[in-house]
Amino acid sequence: MRRLLGFNLLTGIVLGVAGWYAGWYAAHAIVGPSIDYFADVDYNELSVVLAYLGGVLGFLIGLGFLNYPILRLRGYPPSLREKETAGTGRYFGLCTDHKVVGIQYLVGIGVFFFIGGLNAMLIRIELLSPSRQVFPAGTYLTIVGIHGTMMMGMMSSAILGPFGNYLIPILIGARRMAFPRIEALTFWLLMAGGVILETTVFFGGFPTGWTGYEPLNTQGNPGMDCYLIFFALVGISMTLLGLNMIATIVTMRAPGLTWTRLPIFVWGILSTSVLMVLAAPVLIATLGMALLDRTAQTSFFIPSAGGSNYLYENLFWVFGHPEVYILALPGFAIVLELLPVFARKPLWGYRLAISGLLGVSLLSWFVWQHHLFVSGINGDLRPFYMLSTELISIPTGFTFLCGMMTLWRGKIRYTVPMLFCLAWFFNFLIGGLSGVFLSDVPSDVTTHGSFFSMAHFHYTIMGGLIFTFFAGIYYWVPKMTGFQLNETMGKIHFWWMFIAFNATFAPLFAAGFLGQPRRVVTYPADLTFINQWVSVSAFILGAAQLFFVFNLVYSLVFKRIPAEANPWESKSIEWQLPSPVPVYNFSKIPVFSSDPYGYGEPARPVAVPASSPAGRD
Amino acid sequence: MRARTWKLVGTVVVVAAVGVLIGLYVSKLTTEAGSPSYTVPVKTVNGKPVVDLTIETVAAVGPELSPSHPDFVSYLIRNAQGKWERDTVWHLPAHATVHVTIYNFDGASGLRNSYLARPQGTDGNTYTVDGKTLDVINPDDASHTFAVPAYGLIVALPGVADDAKNQCGYAPCALSMAHRTIQFTFHTGSAGHFRWQCFVPCAAGWLYGFGGPMQTIGYMDGFLNVA
Amino acid sequence: MSATAPTTQPGPNHARRVIVAWIVFSLIATPLVAIFVGPNIPPGNGSDQATQQVFDNTVMVALLTPVICLLLVFFVYALAQFRKQRGGDIVDGPPLREHRMVQLLWIVLTSLTVLFLAGFGTFELLQNGAGGGQGPSPIAVPSGQKLQVQVIAQQWEFTYRYPSYGGLETSQLILPADTLIELHVTSLDVVHSFWAYQLGIKADANPGVDNIAYLKTKGPRTFSVHCAELCGLWHGYMFSQGKVVSSSDFSAWLHQQEALFASVKQYMPAYANAYYPDPQRRAG
Repeated sequence: MRRLLGFNLLTGIVLGVAGWYAGWYAAHAIVGPSIDYFADVDYNELSVVLAYLGGVLGFLIGLGFLNYPILRLRGYPPSLREKETAGTGRYFGLCTDHKVVGIQYLVGIGVFFFIGGLNAMLIRIELLSPSRQVFPAGTYLTIVGIHGTMMMGMMSSAILGPFGNYLIPILIGARRMAFPRIEALTFWLLMAGGVILETTVFFGGFPTGWTGYEPLNTQGNPGMDCYLIFFALVGISMTLLGLNMIATIVTMRAPGLTWTRLPIFVWGILSTSVLMVLAAPVLIATLGMALLDRTAQTSFFIPSAGGSNYLYENLFWVFGHPEVYILALPGFAIVLELLPVFARKPLWGYRLAISGLLGVSLLSWFVWQHHLFVSGINGDLRPFYMLSTELISIPTGFTFLCGMMTLWRGKIRYTVPMLFCLAWFFNFLIGGLSGVFLSDVPSDVTTHGSFFSMAHFHYTIMGGLIFTFFAGIYYWVPKMTGFQLNETMGKIHFWWMFIAFNATFAPLFAAGFLGQPRRVVTYPADLTFINQWVSVSAFILGAAQLFFVFNLVYSLVFKRIPAEANPWESKSIEWQLPSPVPVYNFSKIPVFSSDPYGYGEPARPVAVPASSPAGRD
Repeated sequence: MRARTWKLVGTVVVVAAVGVLIGLYVSKLTTEAGSPSYTVPVKTVNGKPVVDLTIETVAAVGPELSPSHPDFVSYLIRNAQGKWERDTVWHLPAHATVHVTIYNFDGASGLRNSYLARPQGTDGNTYTVDGKTLDVINPDDASHTFAVPAYGLIVALPGVADDAKNQCGYAPCALSMAHRTIQFTFHTGSAGHFRWQCFVPCAAGWLYGFGGPMQTIGYMDGFLNVA
Repeated sequence: MSATAPTTQPGPNHARRVIVAWIVFSLIATPLVAIFVGPNIPPGNGSDQATQQVFDNTVMVALLTPVICLLLVFFVYALAQFRKQRGGDIVDGPPLREHRMVQLLWIVLTSLTVLFLAGFGTFELLQNGAGGGQGPSPIAVPSGQKLQVQVIAQQWEFTYRYPSYGGLETSQLILPADTLIELHVTSLDVVHSFWAYQLGIKADANPGVDNIAYLKTKGPRTFSVHCAELCGLWHGYMFSQGKVVSSSDFSAWLHQQEALFASVKQYMPAYANAYYPDPQRRAG
């Protein structure tokens, strides 16, 4: 009872609602409903925006994020531990234990992944027939928008959030992240954002899809503000998440952990974090400008009032392209990290793999205009962006080479995480090669804005990231929870998902080439069979994820078979600790002497506890 | 054993709650921003189907017909009992002659594309405005359009003069109030699902006049379900 | 112990097997793909640009076939051959960490492939723009006399203006056969995209901007026009049919449209490359 009186999710929600009303009425006080030009006489546009911002502020204050800054301002000394040893209540509030934040992320992102997936199922229900309208046409666009936006916003942190937060301190021999409260903040910002995005249905939805193109953006109902605020919160969350990762990896590595002994997973997180820190602020600024266009009558993006829709498109894609590598790189990192364990060989070409990751990271800044090939950009730019986009396949290829050569002459075990990693090669190959077609301007003339483009990014993002997300879950959940996941069910889930995934998205390449544009509620009658096939396959794919949830509940709630400390016989340091990992991670800070890939080499430990008593705090 | 029962109960409750939430979400989406459909009564003349469509356009649809958006401009259709309904999805017979009468109670906003000021797709590519047969109007006088792009049907509706007396505020509007009467005839073809829309930027307060009611089925957009 | 001898022997055998299999598969598959698959890749032969795109796609798919073959052969071989023994203990594999030659070869081959594709794509693009919108100052301009046709996108229909016929505006796109056409695509409100599928043309329609794309029509045919950029409620229904017709049919159609256009001509703005609608259009 006393614990309930502290700052937690409940107080967060209460203060969030209070903040909502505060913002709403503040806006009404500033401008009455007489603001013309952009105001809908039913609601005042500014009210919606200030209400949501007030709500988020109230929510964060209610969770207790202001407590520590206020304490420090009042002169209290720096302190760290907050609620780290309490029970399940830790998971429902601000907790500075990075492992708790990791699990919060896993569950939180999981829930929104399912909401995004539900919207995908609704899209495919609509597309079962070209003539029957299941959803009104405008609402259909909102469903399409929610699906895309929810997935892109949430899944950007799909690996860094759960697995980055949980594992990075352990992998580098530390007890915490550099900024634990910011770490918790990134999670709650994302959760607040997700709820805000779903409430768009109460404000008329939004018509632009996840890219939010202007000027259609400014023309949208107040539900558009939900999209803008959600994505801005995601941007802030991503920036802080990346910042935290970089600071931790650069400054808090244990003794002996030189850059060349770092697990490749950490390198992957690092290269992704650099992209997050640099790209997300561009998004926040762009969405801020769009919000101003909608509320304060500015005209950044309204052409006939002096602005330019190209400005929006370019700013968005300067973020948008690194964003897709933020989605893809963690997938590379997981595959390269898991393959040595299940092939029982060292990671082949460690330095080449790192240059691949960093190369992709660097080149991703120079390709964004390939989203704008036919938009009317200056013709001189197109050959350059065609070249830069083609070039990015070279460092991507390094990941393939290193993975393939790790398998070469190995002793491969087909465990569930391994199956998902192997599927990555198949899916990302198709995704990547279709990207080669899209990067070629003549070919792009037909495929841009069509279902071919859709199939491409679903193969790279879902086939790449989501498959490795599941690989990570099956691999690390025994460590995180201390309980096994049922292996047979895992294998059923894998094959069910792999087959249904390919059945769903492969025909979409054809649909695009046959002339079906994206985000359409109807299509030519001769494409009916393809669309029906895809819809049915999509329902089967959705069912696969429900089966996965069944496995989770069955294994973690009912069966609860304890997992060994090292079920995969991995040499990596997290597997030398008990499952679940104890609160302080290490009783003594370890000293590292090699990378974790010493398979087939004379046995030596990756790290030993430092001989001096408990290292850093 | 007791713990297991609680877990089972808990799982069932959670699954049921999720199911209810999903159900509510989907039902909200299927009914949001849509329109019930209305079957227009069909007569037979010389063995061929003929339909009389009487619709009106109003400046503000009023709280009776739209509690959530009383200030939206809207199309209304007169049902067989003579009452005005806010439905924009109409069932029409295939291969029929459709005689349309539109009462426009709204003032002019002006067409963005003047080309649409010329009636097309009607019999003779002309229409009657207040009894006079016209083949074009001044685009600045256009208040709304009734257009079915798949049929090539475009009809611009001239607006009530700004200084006209007895203008209609909130719908329903009585015929004694200031209005224009537009009449034309078009023909449906084989069965299909055809959208219709207004082309005049008449959504006050939205960018380019094309947001809000102009992008919501049930107000200035709808379907002709021809069967 | 002679344990070292057996472990080194199977090595070269694996690599040779994979490489030979790869070469054989590629030699069989690539010509098949180039001959049977490539030419059937849409959008077909409706215009010079469409034909060009099909050729471009054929070259790419033929070049990518050996890549697919390599990965296919590799994985099928590796996943079968290098399995851990069923039921046996978990043993480690050989500690292979890198191989300079393999890395070098891979980097060189992938770079060459990629650079060739970029160069080839650029070459194809610079001929005449490959049907894509090039903005107001195109750099890939085909030579010869061009018929100017303006495509005006608006929410939610395309209309077309013919400046060489007195600024005539129509709702259907009819084009003469065997003619070089300069399309000027613009919008009156939000961003749309003009996609004439069978003609292989796609150009975004931006408000206040003239986006130029070149098209050389071939014989008479019907083609579908779709909007390819989300533009609001009726984006999915913003489609129509256009036609390429013989010159005589084209003249006949123009006369018919001019008659229709005559009454509204007095109200039309002068033909311009872009139009600037007032953002504040509101009722009353």
